[in-house]
Amino acid sequence: MEVPENLLYTQEHEWIRVDGNKAAVGITQFAQEQLGDIVFVELPEVGSLVEQESPFGVVESVKTVSDLYAPISGTVTAVNKDLEAHPEQVNDAPYGDGWIIEVEVSDDKELEKLMSPEDYIEQCNKEQG
Amino acid sequence: MADDSNLKTTPLHAMHKEMGGKLVPFAGWHMPIQFKGVIQEHQCVRDGVGIFDVSHMGEIEISGPEAKNLIQYLVTNDIEPMQNNQALYTLMCLETGGVVDDLLVHRFSEDHYFLCVNASNSDKDFEWILKNSGNFNASVKNTSPQTAQLAVQGKHSEELVQKLCDIQLSEIEYYHFRKAKIQNFECIVARTGYTGEDGFEIYVDSNVAETVYKSLIEKGQPYDLQPIGLGARDTLRMEMGYALYGNELSENGNPLEAGLGWVIKLQKEDFLGKAALKKQKDAGLSQKLVGIRLLDRGVPRPHYRVLKDGSPVGELTSGTFSPSLNTGIGLCYVSTEYAKPGTNLDVEIRKSNVPAEVIKLPFLPSRVKKSK
Repeated sequence: MEVPENLLYTQEHEWIRVDGNKAAVGITQFAQEQLGDIVFVELPEVGSLVEQESPFGVVESVKTVSDLYAPISGTVTAVNKDLEAHPEQVNDAPYGDGWIIEVEVSDDKELEKLMSPEDYIEQCNKEQG
Repeated sequence: MADDSNLKTTPLHAMHKEMGGKLVPFAGWHMPIQFKGVIQEHQCVRDGVGIFDVSHMGEIEISGPEAKNLIQYLVTNDIEPMQNNQALYTLMCLETGGVVDDLLVHRFSEDHYFLCVNASNSDKDFEWILKNSGNFNASVKNTSPQTAQLAVQGKHSEELVQKLCDIQLSEIEYYHFRKAKIQNFECIVARTGYTGEDGFEIYVDSNVAETVYKSLIEKGQPYDLQPIGLGARDTLRMEMGYALYGNELSENGNPLEAGLGWVIKLQKEDFLGKAALKKQKDAGLSQKLVGIRLLDRGVPRPHYRVLKDGSPVGELTSGTFSPSLNTGIGLCYVSTEYAKPGTNLDVEIRKSNVPAEVIKLPFLPSRVKKSK
């Protein structure tokens, strides 16, 4: 299970990569594996506001629909338009070309609520049973 | 974690785990929903050959001097013209015309048949048949527990199965079957399936299922044979517009509206549901099952509403992403005025209306090996 050291995680299996006041967001390797072949990603509008722990979009695999939860509050500054034609990038490179949105972080104190890679690995192991 | 301990398992349960299958509860069974991935498995069947464990399906054997009369009374299709070694798709209906199950009847001889029924209905069907068999000199046996079923589907099916089988498979026509031996194990090989591809459904004793399965997997290597899960089984059947019990068919539904009039032979002597179905037919159908294809991105799902100019006209009974068409597809009962291919409708997906159009089924041309 790939859980990069330089990211933070949510209980809902999103990751966040913070760079200054911007942060990239996607879903984890574990999440994409659980979902299976991803065929559609519903993206928010650039400029829209997202709120920590609230849904900001939807990811659909052949079999299931799953909400995407914002790891942090802020303004959406970019969305990964490539996913419209190539949603499978989320499966192929969940931490790379499969990124979903970029957010301008409104309050970096919120980062304290997120999980470290170690805690996230522990959660995944529990879920896997 | 969900408790899976009360679920039934097929003789291949351990194999599925070993082969990386993702197992989920399905109709009371613990079944693989996927192995490598639904889309890849789907393409594997469309482009080459795949193998499915469908041992959860039920088998019911009916024999005796009045076996034929009993089945004629139970099912809507006409089994009179059936030859030995022939299979027939049919429905079994309630007196109301509602569907108890859809199934295949296989004829060994005039007084010996076996039925292949849906996993979810297997026990109900057996009870139903027993309950209605009182006036017939026939014996009814639920052989599901000792029967495993493997489906080999895709254009290389015949070549692959032939490597292990003692009879000439090219002589088995579509919807026919033979008793045969695969590696010296007795089995029934039927040229039937649920994918729209040429292929076989193989019935074997549960005790030898794993051995037969392993041999097929081994002989399938040159054809890139893969195990296929229930996920791809559903996308494959959806592309063919095949009805699924529980989605398109139910005890409350009208099978004529499902487009299954071709298996309802109202001219035949009395059968369960005949009066009600005749009445429904005479009254004319108010709605019809149609295929719907999204014209924009999105994945339609069962129970999503279908709209015409903003007003609801139906609800999807099935919906999925079609790997072959790379688009969302669904099945839906709509009022006959909207059933014409090309009709523009919308599917409501999370509060947005996604444009769609009515498609003449199947979504993809079937490639089964028709004899005529």
